[in-house]
Amino acid sequence: MINNNYKINYTNVILRMLLYFFLSVFVLYYLLPLFVMVTTSLKSLEEIRTGSLVALPRNITFEAWGTAWSSACTGIQCEGLKPYFWNSILIAIPAVFISTLIGALNGYVVAQWRFKGANIIFALMLFGCFIPFQVVLLPMARVLGLMDLAGSIIGLIFVHVIYGIGFTTLFFRNYYVNIPSELVKAAKMDGATFLRIFWSIFLPLSLPIIVVTIIWQFTQIWNDFLFGVSFSEAGTQPITVALNNIVNSTTGVKEYNVDMAAAIIAAMPTLLVYIFAGKYFIRGLTAGSVKG
Amino acid sequence: MSSILKIKDVNKKFGKISVLNDININIDKGDFLVLVGPSGCGKSTLLNCIAGLEKINGGEIFINNKDMSEVAPKDRDIAMVFQSYALYPTMTVEKNITFGMKVRGTSEEIQKEKLNEVAKQLQIESLLKRKPGQLSGGQRQRVAMGRALVRNPKLFLFDEPLSNLDAKLRVEMRTEIKRLHYDLGASMVYVTHDQIEAMTLATKIVVMKDGFIQQIGTPAEIYNYPENIFVADFMGSPPMNLINATAQKEKDYYKINIKMEDGSISTLKEKNKSKLPHELIIGIRPENITENGLKNKQSSQVISSNIDIIEPAGSDTFVMTKLGNTEVTARFHSETKVKVGSKVNLLIDLDKASYFDPNSGQRI
Amino acid sequence: MSNWLEKHLPKIVLGPSLFAIILFVYGFIAWTAWISFTKSRLMPKYDIVGFIQYSRLFDSPRWEVAIDNLFIFGFLFILISMFLGLLIAIFLDQKIRVEGALRTIYLYPMALSLIVTGTAWKWILNPGLGLESVVKSWGFTDFTFDWVINPDFAIYTVVIAGVWQASGFVMALFLAGLRSVDQEIIKAAQVDGVPTFKIYTAIIIPSMAPIFLSAFIVLAHLAIKSFDLVIALTGGGPGYATDLPATYMYTMAFSRGDIGQAASSAIIMMLVVFAVVVPYLYSELRNKNDQ
Repeated sequence: MINNNYKINYTNVILRMLLYFFLSVFVLYYLLPLFVMVTTSLKSLEEIRTGSLVALPRNITFEAWGTAWSSACTGIQCEGLKPYFWNSILIAIPAVFISTLIGALNGYVVAQWRFKGANIIFALMLFGCFIPFQVVLLPMARVLGLMDLAGSIIGLIFVHVIYGIGFTTLFFRNYYVNIPSELVKAAKMDGATFLRIFWSIFLPLSLPIIVVTIIWQFTQIWNDFLFGVSFSEAGTQPITVALNNIVNSTTGVKEYNVDMAAAIIAAMPTLLVYIFAGKYFIRGLTAGSVKG
Repeated sequence: MSSILKIKDVNKKFGKISVLNDININIDKGDFLVLVGPSGCGKSTLLNCIAGLEKINGGEIFINNKDMSEVAPKDRDIAMVFQSYALYPTMTVEKNITFGMKVRGTSEEIQKEKLNEVAKQLQIESLLKRKPGQLSGGQRQRVAMGRALVRNPKLFLFDEPLSNLDAKLRVEMRTEIKRLHYDLGASMVYVTHDQIEAMTLATKIVVMKDGFIQQIGTPAEIYNYPENIFVADFMGSPPMNLINATAQKEKDYYKINIKMEDGSISTLKEKNKSKLPHELIIGIRPENITENGLKNKQSSQVISSNIDIIEPAGSDTFVMTKLGNTEVTARFHSETKVKVGSKVNLLIDLDKASYFDPNSGQRI
Repeated sequence: MSNWLEKHLPKIVLGPSLFAIILFVYGFIAWTAWISFTKSRLMPKYDIVGFIQYSRLFDSPRWEVAIDNLFIFGFLFILISMFLGLLIAIFLDQKIRVEGALRTIYLYPMALSLIVTGTAWKWILNPGLGLESVVKSWGFTDFTFDWVINPDFAIYTVVIAGVWQASGFVMALFLAGLRSVDQEIIKAAQVDGVPTFKIYTAIIIPSMAPIFLSAFIVLAHLAIKSFDLVIALTGGGPGYATDLPATYMYTMAFSRGDIGQAASSAIIMMLVVFAVVVPYLYSELRNKNDQ
């Protein structure tokens, strides 16, 4: 931050006003879609057709929300988002938990128990984070079929765990690598074993990175569309797929208010996480991309 | 006396790089061994090898006459204090100290008893419920020592334990460690890069460089009879003056010729040595180059030289001048009246001088 | 026995993950690469016939559109996101009183699913009821803004929505970079009388080169993988005007039943990603090993 201690002069006042003006314009740009989503979802179809996109609703109605939650059509079924919301929860919770646990143990080994080849294994994992998933879609579809997991919730959990390990390992590795290796040495001298050191010393230290990892994984998995659309079937689709189906279903009248309500419902969990744990969310975002 | 630690022909490689070469050290019960050397000399690696935290590539290590090659660190009957203290951050001081006993399944009463004993000894009773983050550097240091003491081991290992403390605290803790050694009669191996720490603490010093032992000896031996130029330069502050000179055989003594700044030659008489090469390096400690006239010793001889810089250091005043094309430090009394640029008569005590071969750097 | 176990436990712990990564990442890549050299259509065949799928791919007008779109989208998306991100970061770096709140607002799109983003922008860009009608209602009755259904411009709507989603994240990266510049250097420059603007252009921004690289890598990576956004915003249409390699691959794999084309397009995508990421990862890992 540049520290300016100018005396008040007019150029500076004007510059400062311009600065706030631009920042406000950006605020409008970023808030506009959210504003439009919320207001549209609270309007009736009639009001949408006759009124303006950016106008506040004249008569607030929650009808569209009810429809989106329990009776909007995702293709031939018309049960709303509710079942798919639960699908996403059923997928996300175990997948987040398992991939975080594996990542913690992996990161602990890679950062603190180096053995010959550990670096190569880590590089292989890191590399796996960057592949475009299109390149594994076809074989994964076949393997899920072979394992009798095609189109199942368990299959999707499995896929999310496998392709989440790289990132979770990276997170924990980068966190543990900053803990002095003398800690493990001291614990070894005290007679503690590999798992004991992890359990008694490293895990209690790890709360911040556990939160970061859980939030990152939850956001990724909740917002995933590619795996969801590729590996699910009618009853097991996650919420993003269902949302897309509602919005793009061609039957009946286009109900923009329902679309927007559905979009907000789908966005709600990750948005809440962002609002209440934004600090950790941002740390996760930057952890993968900035050296650390 | 019985041997507590015996290191025999130990070699250690990281990949292709040799970090320890044919290390042989033997210490007896009650010894305070200090491994000293510049960073990267292998001293910490050697300590880790003794602890069993690093595997050795050759040789043997015996602790209490038992071969340690297949023994895990926890079973070597040793305790270690680390540079960063390595306190478990989420545990209280009490838990930090008792963790080892807890892991080993010691009964609660004995844990309590030993904890209290150690806490009293180190005066950390009031800190037991705190976490490491709430402690000052010196307090952490004490807790780290407490964790080692509570084990009552055959051998203590210290890895630069004072290097993270500020200067004043470092001196205090140094005294404390020395007292601890005296009180417990324990055997200790202590790694440091600080030669003053080495001199003050050790009963035996090992000077290392580039993975080789340069010299093993008591502090006095190392200080007065350095084996080579490296040891001479490394140990002592300010370091030993190393002056280029030539020797000339006379009837019953050697004439030592030193080139002065103005090109003239000054000559000293060396009567104690029977064989010196023509070219040599004389090593003289600053305290053996003094101001003429204050207290003359019989063996002292005088050389006159120009003063370049004067550095008053309180108890003494250090005076820099040029002898044999090198900057030389002399130690004068603090009340000296000499001035920069003026000539002074330097009193040189050759009895305490060391001679080195300029090619090999070894002591003659 | 317990000693042996203790000694090898780290390897045992890492083992399953290593196995999974080798099989499900590298094995699968190999499988896809293999299939891309066969005549596979609806079912995989395993006889290698050479580059047949790749020549089909590059003869396909639809793939050509997808590649063109990737370049248009990737270029604009990266450029605008970087510019906007840097601009906002510098603005926010001027001791703004409500910085925390502003940051929260600029960054929230990153928490949303691209499907949600696509849905919202699709509605805003709706020619009949969206922004176009708003501007018309202000009196500009000739105003048209139908990019989302116009084959020549639809890809730019993907850029608009993509920038909206990602630029806040770039801002966060740059802001962290600005704050990590050595304050003493800045103070020294101020004492020397260097104007604020010059301090940014001559000292701060050049010292953030690694952050530009990171931001570029992340954005390029997002661009190449872009799939959800196109599906939700335009469905790849009108026609296939907004197809990207990712949507092309998906269409071939799951609607057209042309596994060979899906495999070869996926391999091309991976090569493009690697061309961007490998030099970066290589230098990162080498730096880490040096330490």
